Amino acid sequence: MPTALSISNLNKVYDGGLQALTDVSLEIRKGEIFALLGPNGAGKTTLISAVCGIVSPTSGSIKVNGNDAAKNFRAARAAIGLVPQEISTDMFEPVQSTVAFSRGLFGRAPDPKHIEKVLRQTALWEKRKDRIMTLSGGMKRRVMIAKALAHEPEILFLDEPTAGVDVELRRSMWDVVRELRRSGVTIILTTHYIEEAEEMADRIGVISNGKLIVVEDKTTLMQKLGRKRLSLQLQEHLEQLPGELETWPLELAGDGWELHYDFDANAEDSGVPALLNKISGLGISFKDLNTSQSSLEEIFVGLVNKN
Amino acid sequence: MTIHSNVTKPPPTQPVRFNRHGVWAIYKFEMARALRTLWQSFLAPVISTALYFVVFGSAIGSRMEAIDGTSYGSYIVPGLIMLSVLTQSVSNGSFSIFMPQFSGTIYELLSAPISAFEAVLAYVGAAATKSVVLGLIILGTASLIVPVEIQHPLWMLGFLVLTSVAFSLFGFILGIWGQTFEQLQFVPSLILTPLTFLGGSFYSIDMLPPFWRTVTLFNPVLYLISGFRWSFFGTSDLGVGWSLLMTSLFLLVCLAIVSWMFKTGYRLRS
Repeated sequence: MPTALSISNLNKVYDGGLQALTDVSLEIRKGEIFALLGPNGAGKTTLISAVCGIVSPTSGSIKVNGNDAAKNFRAARAAIGLVPQEISTDMFEPVQSTVAFSRGLFGRAPDPKHIEKVLRQTALWEKRKDRIMTLSGGMKRRVMIAKALAHEPEILFLDEPTAGVDVELRRSMWDVVRELRRSGVTIILTTHYIEEAEEMADRIGVISNGKLIVVEDKTTLMQKLGRKRLSLQLQEHLEQLPGELETWPLELAGDGWELHYDFDANAEDSGVPALLNKISGLGISFKDLNTSQSSLEEIFVGLVNKN
Repeated sequence: MTIHSNVTKPPPTQPVRFNRHGVWAIYKFEMARALRTLWQSFLAPVISTALYFVVFGSAIGSRMEAIDGTSYGSYIVPGLIMLSVLTQSVSNGSFSIFMPQFSGTIYELLSAPISAFEAVLAYVGAAATKSVVLGLIILGTASLIVPVEIQHPLWMLGFLVLTSVAFSLFGFILGIWGQTFEQLQFVPSLILTPLTFLGGSFYSIDMLPPFWRTVTLFNPVLYLISGFRWSFFGTSDLGVGWSLLMTSLFLLVCLAIVSWMFKTGYRLRS
């Protein structure tokens, strides 16, 4: 798949000496949805800002559609749309004119039909003449999305796009993002909602302390790093684990009515058959069992803590 | 609430050599902002200047001697226009770039495919346009109160435009440099206004004792007012060439500072 964005050995040290990015290299494929996860202060926004031209990198290179972001900034920036984390727009402006302003700023000729399309897409058409200050928080956030889409970008950065947005609207936004992807737009999003990444992303990157620690296909990541849990619902209550089971990574839960066994789903020997034999041999019977996969959130927390 | 997902494939982005749509978008936005704040942008300075004309021109001026054959009321017209044009140019130029930084909307400008030259052209162009319009409105207001004649209208317009551009650019520099509203107000109120008052707005420097006349020659605003006054009456404190040279020099210094600011990202990019 062709590359939309190529970042090589990117470093950013702020004036105060804070190293926000350390040797970050990343390739974003055309047409994919890439989710960048990381705790607060990990470097997500700095990375996006460096690509978009808001922050000057200390070293390294950024290429957008093969155009160097520093040397050929016009071509690079014209291809990018950015929805920033903060709602930053002139609150006294009417919705329609602020979206039209963004299109012009990015060098595109006025196109009222496209502006109308974007405003309809983001459910703002009815509010097009209203001043932004009169809109609700969710609507203001949609104005930011509409502004970013006004110049028909090929790559769209969404920095925490659904922060502070209600559940219904969040899901509607996900639909828009999926549609944009279907139309060929490459999407890079940062989010605190792991569910959002799990729901939408093709690939996931995890950044921590300015370092990109993992970049992987979502399904591969979940398979590779995912832990499985075997849960046994016991017939009889246990006060404590029998001594014979102390060497096993078991946890007694549910006030003694449940046994949890965590295992590596990809390991050649998961240990499940041996455990079941052992339990049976000890005369412990169970009425039900089930297995569950770790969520992306658990994987993410595990990765960040490990780092 | 439903968001309609009806998106078409984006066309390939064509890079441009000169982002004229971007320049026009900023210019239009800034002019619209001025119209939105009509009272602050135009009416307030016009009213305060008109009061100067009423007090110094009609009321006190009638008791003053003519200067270089021009009645006092008419004599102060160029100086008072310059006073408003200078302060408004600095104010317009500084707020145009300070506000996006203050409100965070600067992200859009920094991430847009627009060069430093284009951004300055748009912001300073809009600030200067507002000042020129204001200057012309004040001129019109003055002509209703005191007799006004313009011997060199093209030069008058030229000086008005040159001064508006130079000081809008100066304001733009202040807007990037300033981090608080107080800092923004410091230069116009504590430096520029005194310099304008002491730069011959209300008198000819020939009326000053020799020592203070020499001191006044170091006031850059004197050259602006002198050149502008020449375009009205054909006479001035200093040669018109000096006025043109000093104003152009000031413009070039401001251009150099702005270029450096954008090149280094001074207080714009982290």
